[in-house]
Amino acid sequence: MTQHRDHEAVASQPYHPADGYAEDSSEFHLPKEHWPLPALVHLDKPHAEPSTSQFVAVHGSPEFAHLRKTFRGFAFPMTIAGLSAYFVYVLLSVYAPAFMGQRVIGAINLGILLSLLQFAITWTWTALYVNFANKKLDAASAALRGRLETGVSA
Amino acid sequence: MNLLETYGNPAINIGVFAVFVAATMGIVIAVSRQKSKKASDFYTGGAQFSGRQNGLAITGDYLSAAAFLGVTGAIAIYGYDGLLYSVGFFVAWILALYLVAEPLRNTGKYTMADMLSFRMTQRPVRTAAATSTLVISFVYLLAQMAGAGGLVALLLGVSDKNMQSLVIALVGVLMIVYVLVGGMKGTTWVQMIKAVLLISGAAAMSLMVLFGHGFNLSDLLSSAQAAGQGTGGLGKDILLPMAKYGASDWTKLSFVSLSIALVAGPSGLPHVLMRFYTVPTAKEARRSAVWAIVLVGIFFLLTLVLGMGAAELVGQKAISAAPGGANAAAPLLALKLGGEIFMGVISGVAFATILAVVAGLTITASASFAHDVYNSVLKNGQADPEQEVKVARITSVVIGALAVAGGIFANGQNIAFLISLAFAVAASANLPSILYTMYWPRFNTRGSVWSIYTGLISAVLLIVFSPAISGSKTAMLPTMNFAFFPLDNPALVSVPLAFLAGFIGTITSRVSGDEELAMEMEVRSLTGAGAGKAIAH
Repeated sequence: MTQHRDHEAVASQPYHPADGYAEDSSEFHLPKEHWPLPALVHLDKPHAEPSTSQFVAVHGSPEFAHLRKTFRGFAFPMTIAGLSAYFVYVLLSVYAPAFMGQRVIGAINLGILLSLLQFAITWTWTALYVNFANKKLDAASAALRGRLETGVSA
Repeated sequence: MNLLETYGNPAINIGVFAVFVAATMGIVIAVSRQKSKKASDFYTGGAQFSGRQNGLAITGDYLSAAAFLGVTGAIAIYGYDGLLYSVGFFVAWILALYLVAEPLRNTGKYTMADMLSFRMTQRPVRTAAATSTLVISFVYLLAQMAGAGGLVALLLGVSDKNMQSLVIALVGVLMIVYVLVGGMKGTTWVQMIKAVLLISGAAAMSLMVLFGHGFNLSDLLSSAQAAGQGTGGLGKDILLPMAKYGASDWTKLSFVSLSIALVAGPSGLPHVLMRFYTVPTAKEARRSAVWAIVLVGIFFLLTLVLGMGAAELVGQKAISAAPGGANAAAPLLALKLGGEIFMGVISGVAFATILAVVAGLTITASASFAHDVYNSVLKNGQADPEQEVKVARITSVVIGALAVAGGIFANGQNIAFLISLAFAVAASANLPSILYTMYWPRFNTRGSVWSIYTGLISAVLLIVFSPAISGSKTAMLPTMNFAFFPLDNPALVSVPLAFLAGFIGTITSRVSGDEELAMEMEVRSLTGAGAGKAIAH
């Protein structure tokens, strides 16, 4: 099991020390958890590849729990709402064609109007997401990333 | 032959074509001057593109010939029912932006399988993901090749099926050259330029159509409606829903099924997903999605004007009778609006679209084969990068040959419809597994493998036994009848099946997933730690 785990961890981490990107390979003889040495990390432009145990530690932190809750609390309901509006539009088109065929503005009927509304919804949802991510997610996510990549154990 | 020559001037068309092919080829060569030896250069252009550039390239990838030729044609012929393609193709981005783009960027390197196999046993999951990538890319390619055949048939006045097949083969050869010379970097540049050309072309045509109606949409719609019911039309009210799908309860359900495929497909399309790896960070991935959403939305809004304009100005009967059928609506509209040279230019843009999309698809498919099957499964991750790229190049030649054969087979079908089949396969085989992997920590290897294969196999089988392939006048094999599945799009059945299979596979598996890796993946997907720099070498 441990062997299998290791294999997975290696294959999933794009930057295994053995493939290396650090100019100085002297630290590679250390066990993986110790690599790279904290003192060297902030000098080297490409940051450290954090180890699984570091990720697990961050996973247990209240900051991460908060970030995840913030993201899901916004993204899940918004996605469901956006897609629901779409399926309501589709089902109305299929099963209530006469209703959708009512003229609203000149030759433009309710169905065409609702089609255009779908475009408006998608653009609005995009703007809302970007606004939300910039304000509520980026700072928290950058803080956690910094913690992981500077090698300071969480 | 004489009749066909009334569609523009073949000499002008060939000339414009040659200019487009030469220009794009020149770009590819110029961009890829720097010897690209590294695997990351070939696959992801070194992940050096900015969000805006990448957004343009995603737009280019997404606005394939199906979008321009197919959707315009569908709206011209079926009116409201064709408009559903536009709406579905576009609304799909909500799902891609909210749940897929950034986490995907944060947890992978080159291919969709990187993310899917992150916390799973590598071999089975990578094999499954690569298989579905290859199948989806193939169906998608087939649609593009069919579009190329129809387009060139119209432009060059080639009505002979064998000559059209030769043209499809020529497109195949060109595309392979693009891929081999340019790699991801070259094709990305072609995509960007093409996206600009396509949207400007569509905008110019729309302005001309709207100008004729004093920029009054209602006036355009009522003229199109009248034309559809007049002598040049097919006699239906194209502003009402269900002109095409209202025939029976089954066709109505087909429409619902199609709408699921359209909205769920893009988040599972490997060549669109792979585009999120060509930017350095999640934030750039978000920017590129936003650029793509703005541009794609504008474009699909324009297709309403183009389709209705074609129905009015060209006439539904004339469109249906042209070589290429409904796919000819956009070029014929250009001919009506701006004459032969304009038609040549618009068709050149459409042709560049096909070439670029086909090249992008080929890169995705060959990257997936080389990276996931050859390196990870066959060579245990030990293949050296040069060898891997070599395998990718060979794969692209093989895929090109297969696509040519498939394109000849599908020649004459509406390409928006063919694309919807690729979307259905993507929605069934990839999306359930992607969502589970990212948002359900308990999801494990067996669940993933079951979900991918169930979605893939059920979608493909249901397509094969649907009225799209046999048993109806418009089918690909109209003389045979082995259709027992009544819907011409499988998504309504195959997507829930794939979700179910993933669930059952997970809870019945005796081997539970790796909890620590699941936690690592969650942290990675939200923070991007360890991913941004992954490709910065």
